[in-house]
Amino acid sequence: MAKKKKLKRHAINREWCKGCGICVAVCPKNVLELNSKEKAVAARKQDCIACQLCEEICPDLAIEVMVKYVEESTSGDK
Amino acid sequence: MDVKYYLRERFFPHMWCAGCGHGIVLNSLVRAVDLLGLKKRDIVMVSGIGCSSRISGYVDFHSLHTLHGRALAFATGVKLSKPSLNVIVPMGDGDALAIGGNHFIHAARRNINITALVMNNRTYGMTGGQFSPLSGVGTKATTAPYSNIDREFDTVELATGAGATFVARTTVYHVKQLQSLIKKAISHDGFSVLEVLSQCPTYFGRKNRKGSAVDMLNSFKDGTVPVGSKKKQENPELIERGIFVEKQLPEYCDAYAELVERATAK
Repeated sequence: MAKKKKLKRHAINREWCKGCGICVAVCPKNVLELNSKEKAVAARKQDCIACQLCEEICPDLAIEVMVKYVEESTSGDK
Repeated sequence: MDVKYYLRERFFPHMWCAGCGHGIVLNSLVRAVDLLGLKKRDIVMVSGIGCSSRISGYVDFHSLHTLHGRALAFATGVKLSKPSLNVIVPMGDGDALAIGGNHFIHAARRNINITALVMNNRTYGMTGGQFSPLSGVGTKATTAPYSNIDREFDTVELATGAGATFVARTTVYHVKQLQSLIKKAISHDGFSVLEVLSQCPTYFGRKNRKGSAVDMLNSFKDGTVPVGSKKKQENPELIERGIFVEKQLPEYCDAYAELVERATAK
């Protein structure tokens, strides 16, 4: 039984975000975008693979990708 | 992980401009400290003056904000008085190699167990974008409107020549490598120098038409190669990143303790 990392939610601190757009550029799945107030938002949450690259590169330390580890059946019957 | 555990939240949002690479160094630094499992009370951050030096105010470790370029001198005092502490000195390119150039080479020569993080954004951001000893020939700055004629230092070669026993370089684009090199630099027993190429979109980027913070990050991706790569032989313009020096030599605090013991022996 392998454990797989799954997204719980994106916690984005709008007070700290300065809207530089680095997270939007580095996301491999194009999940994030800047809203009309130039703050990062997770616009396409369903595409997130929980790689946490945005969290680790954010210069404003404003992003936390909350993850959970779920048991994944390797037999493929589910 | 909860980065806020290591931060002084009351000072956030921080004072760096949008897209400044120094924030990425702070982000990677707290993650490296977390991965190493160090206690907050066992770390001292000693910094001088400049945008980069403000990093010590944002972390919830012991911190000392000192004179421009003199951070390594203060850090030497801290380390000698209590060698069990992990002393980390974040410095800018000007702070480390212009104003504090002398302290830098002598700390390296002594091989005292201090971690020097040289955050190289190739300009003096805090005072308005003057050229620094790492700007290089042909770059523009507020004090070099017709382009700079000063040659730049190579931080890695300088640190190696001065005798540092751990010398590495990376960029803020390569965050995983940045975390791992900060970990190695802190763990190393001796003077370690880690040069981190960082972007200043406000001054260096704007004066040299380097585009946005994202464009500057991409230039780090395209302009650097792992050390020993074949691409470097084909294109000497590329900058190598990785570990250049890693060796064991007698550490200064150990040698000092030994000397005290020898001198006081009956």
